[in-house]
Amino acid sequence: MRRARVAYSGAIHEATAAGGKLRLEDGRTVSEDAVVWLPPFRPRTIIALGLNYADHAKELAFNAQEEPLVFLKGPNALVGHRAQTRRPDDATFMHYECELAVVIGKPARRVARADAYDYVAGYTVANDYAIRDYLENWYRPNLRVKNRDGCTAIGPWLVERAEVPDPMRLALRTTVNGKVTQEGNTRDMISDVPALIEYLSGFMTLDAGDVILTGTPEGVVNVMPGDEVVTEIEGVGRLVSTIVGDEAFGRSTRQ
Amino acid sequence: MNQAPPGGTVYGVLLNYKGALAALGDAVNEPPYKAPPIAPVLYIKPANTWVGDGAPIPVPGDVDALQMGAALGVVIGRTACRVPLEAALDYVAGYTVVNDVSVPHESFYRPSIRFKCRDGFCPIGRIVDRVRAPNPDALAVRVFVDGALRQRNTTANLIRSTARLIADVTEFMTLVPGDVLLTGVPENAPLARAGQRVAIEIEHVGRVENPLVAEGADP
Repeated sequence: MRRARVAYSGAIHEATAAGGKLRLEDGRTVSEDAVVWLPPFRPRTIIALGLNYADHAKELAFNAQEEPLVFLKGPNALVGHRAQTRRPDDATFMHYECELAVVIGKPARRVARADAYDYVAGYTVANDYAIRDYLENWYRPNLRVKNRDGCTAIGPWLVERAEVPDPMRLALRTTVNGKVTQEGNTRDMISDVPALIEYLSGFMTLDAGDVILTGTPEGVVNVMPGDEVVTEIEGVGRLVSTIVGDEAFGRSTRQ
Repeated sequence: MNQAPPGGTVYGVLLNYKGALAALGDAVNEPPYKAPPIAPVLYIKPANTWVGDGAPIPVPGDVDALQMGAALGVVIGRTACRVPLEAALDYVAGYTVVNDVSVPHESFYRPSIRFKCRDGFCPIGRIVDRVRAPNPDALAVRVFVDGALRQRNTTANLIRSTARLIADVTEFMTLVPGDVLLTGVPENAPLARAGQRVAIEIEHVGRVENPLVAEGADP
């Protein structure tokens, strides 16, 4: 089962994938381009990983870490499939991050690695943009980099766990305006999905709607207003995002 | 029991007391920091950390004592995006007392989720209307451990005032009704151990009091 949340005809709906279309809970079947796509589930705590692929850590010149680099985000950061994300005019380096997102389905406390998948509701694709100009060395990556409005696209679908038998063997790919810029595979995560659930649930109780963005492999490049960024994960989904400038958000533009 | 926050997100801010920044001395200019903070350095106290007045704060077995972070919680009442400084307090619904609990840690280089986001690490008191504290930048803050006064400070010592903080934060992220913005924790946060009770009082806002219990112990 693939579930979505969409706005259609004046209301918000739960929907499921149905032969290339969306079936709304009220029985209507509509085309995928007739709706506004929202994040596919209601988020509780949004957890994100930094430097969780060895190649990306190397790309950013970081040494191996003692424990997972975890940070949190607020719901203001999330937008759905086919949304816009703002690139401030003063930014010099804004990049996407294609990530497997793991959605928790029930309370999880001190979960052993071997049981970890029992607590997973499903998976989706996230594009966790970063604007590196705003990085500071305090609680890095600081929220001004990682918790900007609309800077984390997520969707299109929440794909049920049963449809993704091996989440640790999925190809990831990003294209910018149709050109492949990032390729990787979830098998190259430093802390895999069971390890992350074991680690996090060891000190904080996870619950339904919590989501773990599991980090990105190498291949991040600068994106500019007008760019269409597609982050895709094998068997999970293809998430489309468009970069816009300050002007679209009523902010003054550079002289 | 008052179940704050009402559906929002709780954001804390690092090093917003003058004394807290000063306590780091020259270290702010040395690696790994290399410079003092420029924009507000925020963190999140997630839903698993929220408890009400009177609820136990679990102390992990491998930790001797926890830091009691006395924080003024600013409860947002209107959607706040790019709010000008002069209008910032118009976006406040009220205030509350928050205990921003941490496992003591030395480094602020990486987000300290394991030290700040454990279950029960964010006791939140009752929300009072903002008219009760017309000047949020001159509120006495006191922390008691087992009834003994262990810390005194005042929100007059904030680097960014409440209004300034709202303005600077909403420049890059929108706050919505029910969100709680903590204005910072004073330097020398008192330590408390399992078996002790900690109370935080903020003038005109109220008090939040909680017992510390060994993690896994029967309540």
